[in-house]
Amino acid sequence: MPKQTPSQTVGPYFAYGLTPQPYGRPGIADGRIVNETVPGERIIVTGQVIDGAGKPVIDSMIEIWQADAQGRYAHPADGREAVFHGFGRTGTDETGTFRIETVKPGRVTGSDAKPQAPHLNVTVFARGMPNHAYTRIYFSDESAANETDTVLGLVDRDRRGTLIAARQETAGGPVYRFDINLQGDNETVFFDP
Amino acid sequence: MKPNTEYTRRDWDSHPPYIVPDYKSTLLRGPKKPLIPIPHSLSELTGPVFGHDKVGPLDHDLTKNGVQNGDPLGERIIVTGRVLDEAGRSVPHTLVELWQANAAGRYVHRWDQHNAPLDPNFFGGGRTVTDAEGRYRFITIKPGAYPWGNHHNAWRPNHIHFSLFGPSFVTRLVTQMYFPGDPLLEYDPIYQGIPEISRSRLISRFSLDVTEPMQALGYEFDIVLRGPRATPVDED
Repeated sequence: MPKQTPSQTVGPYFAYGLTPQPYGRPGIADGRIVNETVPGERIIVTGQVIDGAGKPVIDSMIEIWQADAQGRYAHPADGREAVFHGFGRTGTDETGTFRIETVKPGRVTGSDAKPQAPHLNVTVFARGMPNHAYTRIYFSDESAANETDTVLGLVDRDRRGTLIAARQETAGGPVYRFDINLQGDNETVFFDP
Repeated sequence: MKPNTEYTRRDWDSHPPYIVPDYKSTLLRGPKKPLIPIPHSLSELTGPVFGHDKVGPLDHDLTKNGVQNGDPLGERIIVTGRVLDEAGRSVPHTLVELWQANAAGRYVHRWDQHNAPLDPNFFGGGRTVTDAEGRYRFITIKPGAYPWGNHHNAWRPNHIHFSLFGPSFVTRLVTQMYFPGDPLLEYDPIYQGIPEISRSRLISRFSLDVTEPMQALGYEFDIVLRGPRATPVDED
């Protein structure tokens, strides 16, 4: 049987290949996951990617995969008709900041048939990361659902906070803050799915 | 299509660790706390599906997709192969993205300060979708080696970056393809950071069958993604 092809870093120069819009080329996705027609609560998720010295990581990329507001994924394994594609990809800027415009996802059934708390699935890529990292973004205003979420339940209580984006109401609508700490006391919880 | 109950796990005997001390920028960027294994729900069993609508007619041909006033300089090559899963099944209709330096070892990226020339006729990025048998095919220019700041006199071997999705969010893979016989591989901490047993999987094979007479040398590079775990589920 063939074995898994080893992962390698995206390196410093992935932008013109993976997020080429600033180079005048169409990309497969950007940080705007929804258009005007997609139903659901409009949210912005933003934060910084931070290294082990507390410095912003200006050459990283995150990808988001999410269900629609009804908790449906646009994929044959789901089998229902999701109303949008649900994939986003964006690099971090010169302050290490990313920004995602989307709708808050609905609840998705877990592997144990229990509803999961709403979440965004996240991958993190960067120069200096030989493998991408997996994490999830949960929402601070879903504390009841978060309390019963099976995946959050696998995480030590004192580290769960790293997975929960803090909601702020702004004139432009709800904004969730979610920093990704690659290392340190407050290292974001990364999964091995 | 019936959902898989699970995919195989990342095989850490095949992948490099997050921290490779000789590859210096891993020291502050690789997660240090243990990863937490999680069961596979629809969140992991699904993933973005891209169709041919994301791929333009020249996107697979890097000798043409950046042309402004002539052909790009360098050695034309064909890079082709199959995308498979660990059971040897083809992964059809999946997006393959690729980016690379030009023949002089210079990237189009605005931060690349290497004093080798840019080629006005070479962009260095492309994408394609695998066919029904999981095959992909790119036409490009053999990338040059280039220096980097990791240590004194550090040079990256010739390589092409690949990005793949496969059928789910957990089959995602970003990797680099290398060329056979490259003397720089021995000195490259990014390549050497891979477990010895699996390193050679990233080295393409020269193929005279793929080579086109009077046109381009051919290299083959197969890519193996995580696959469905082979536990049959009773339909009853």
